[in-house]
Amino acid sequence: MTYRTTYLTELGPRRGMPAAVFAATMAAALLASPVLAQDSDEALGQQIAEEADRRDLGWGDNASTMRMVLRNRNGDESVRELRRQALETHDEGAGDKSVITFDAPRDVAGTSLLSHTKILEPDDQWLFLPALKRVKRISSANKSGPFVGSEFAYEDLVSQEVDKYEYRFLREESCGGVECFVVERTPLYENSGYTKQVVWWDVSEYRIQRIDFYDRKDTLLKTLLYHGYREYAGEYWRPDRMTMENHQNGKSTELVFDEWSFGNGLSEGEFTPSRLRRTR
Amino acid sequence: MRSLRRTRLVGTLRPRVPRRRLLVAAVLGGAVAPFGPATLDGQEIRGSAFVETRLFPSDPAFVDQRGAAVSPSIGLEPELIWESSSGQLQLRLKPFFRIDAHDGSRTHFDVREASALWLGEGWTLLAGVGKVFWGKTEAHHLVDIINQTDGVEDIDTEDKLGQPMVNFTLERDWGAIDFFVLPYFRERTYPGDRGRLRGPLPVLDDAAYGSGAGRWHPDLAVRWSYFIGELDLAVSAFRGTGREPLLVPVSTGDGLALQPQYDIIDQVSLDAQWTRGATLWKLEAMTRGGHGDRFLAAVGGVEHTLFGIGPGPADLGLLAEVMLDGRSEEAPFTAFDHDVFVGFRWAFNDLADTSILGGPVVDYESGEIIAFLEAERRFGDRWVAELEARWLFNTDATAPVHDLRRDDFLTLRLSRFF
Repeated sequence: MTYRTTYLTELGPRRGMPAAVFAATMAAALLASPVLAQDSDEALGQQIAEEADRRDLGWGDNASTMRMVLRNRNGDESVRELRRQALETHDEGAGDKSVITFDAPRDVAGTSLLSHTKILEPDDQWLFLPALKRVKRISSANKSGPFVGSEFAYEDLVSQEVDKYEYRFLREESCGGVECFVVERTPLYENSGYTKQVVWWDVSEYRIQRIDFYDRKDTLLKTLLYHGYREYAGEYWRPDRMTMENHQNGKSTELVFDEWSFGNGLSEGEFTPSRLRRTR
Repeated sequence: MRSLRRTRLVGTLRPRVPRRRLLVAAVLGGAVAPFGPATLDGQEIRGSAFVETRLFPSDPAFVDQRGAAVSPSIGLEPELIWESSSGQLQLRLKPFFRIDAHDGSRTHFDVREASALWLGEGWTLLAGVGKVFWGKTEAHHLVDIINQTDGVEDIDTEDKLGQPMVNFTLERDWGAIDFFVLPYFRERTYPGDRGRLRGPLPVLDDAAYGSGAGRWHPDLAVRWSYFIGELDLAVSAFRGTGREPLLVPVSTGDGLALQPQYDIIDQVSLDAQWTRGATLWKLEAMTRGGHGDRFLAAVGGVEHTLFGIGPGPADLGLLAEVMLDGRSEEAPFTAFDHDVFVGFRWAFNDLADTSILGGPVVDYESGEIIAFLEAERRFGDRWVAELEARWLFNTDATAPVHDLRRDDFLTLRLSRFF
């Protein structure tokens, strides 16, 4: 464990970091750890993750449509179109709720996945099969499995709750033209396919710019890049595009968001297995 | 059984493709092309057209049956959906058409769905023709009773006729309660004289009813469903015309025939699933009065998935289910009275959502075996090819499915989705 005695100078206001933001960061840091001089890398990483989470609190609900483009080593493409609705929850030990519905490929049109995410427990998931009108509770044990044949694992797509990981601050560096905190995080939940992830949060808005995923052999497996952040409802940043590249199999998946909407008035009642039957 | 092919999302995702389909599909594909991928502001047309052929390696058992080894058909199943801008009203129309080369009864049309659905805060109301599924197990859908089986489609009872209904759903913290009023009864369909997969006697079109109201007897059902932690469960009650007919031999001008007799029954059932990591424990149980003496029946089993098996990201699902049924001779026939199903599902988790499902259902008293293998794969964005094979073993004269002893078959289907 490295103790950081020069925290203030190292993390002082820099290019691209408004003084107010810096002050907020420091306030958060001070509240979290009165003995600043002995702040560990772990505590710093935790503070950064908490600040990122705090800045995204209160989004309520959102809806988005997206296109998932799957590419293999030969450049062959396959496209999935999805709609997603998500609801923020504040229950202890629980994460957010979401419904993902497929519009393409057309043979799976109408197929929907309801997820009640948890922090460390396995998520609750139900799949709706429209041809049979059957809602089936499915196992969520396979968090590391491919999501519909893409390079995204299920665990890459669910809500990124702070308490799902342990953190360690690594360094600060520029990334994609902005200044970033680089933090290593280790999954605490069961059945993860990763030994660790390295996350780049930009220092100005605490938006994730990049994640490196390390497999169970601790070898670099995938890199996820976030592009084209836009601010919605005056405070919530969402990307226009995410690209996941698998370094081991040469495949990649691009996730393109057509639109995000916030404040749709969604309620808990729309995220139940019973209501899942009524998906369009 | 095809439902089972795509029950994991992080793998095989396909929602049991309205799955009937093969060979010259270019013709049908062209015919439906004008629909295009229409998504116009709350309106959508989707569905599939298919070409299919059944291959029967053995000659038929009965004289009237068409002897051809290759039995083709074509079909269309479009679905039109309209949604109000508020999202609170959905209108849905889903007709189904099949033209079969050899069996006039298999050439048929049905309205699978034609409904209006209102979505409120904590309630929904559906009126019209709808489809409802109850249950948890895979090899046999014991408690599923709202919709009648479309028996000309397949022998696995997974194809259903549209059911006229009013369905009101109330959702609360303590679960969801569904109330059903089913004002009109649909009779089960059977293969015609020329068709395969039937018994020696023809099934008459005019059925007999236990109720004087006949097919207009208002049937009622209620279902409470709930989940807590890893447990999903539902308790249901049904009172009305039983969906399974007793086939009664009667003499007609043309000789002996079977007349379907539909009796009034009451049925109370439980279905539950315990989702424990990669293992799903499933149970369906019911008691029914009105078909001979009151009896109990149950199906229970387990589905365990081995994730990421083999060199790629494939999943292997292992399934085992036991079926028991205490019905008497006076009740409609069931093939699942003392049977065991052991099966597997291989999901490749590839771009084409390739999957293979198979296994035998073994009657451990009579020794008879119904084995099946089903495979499917997507080609491009819009084509799906499917293969379904069914074999029957140990079908001697005492076996319950002796009538189908020469009807092993292979179905090849190619579907074009739009």
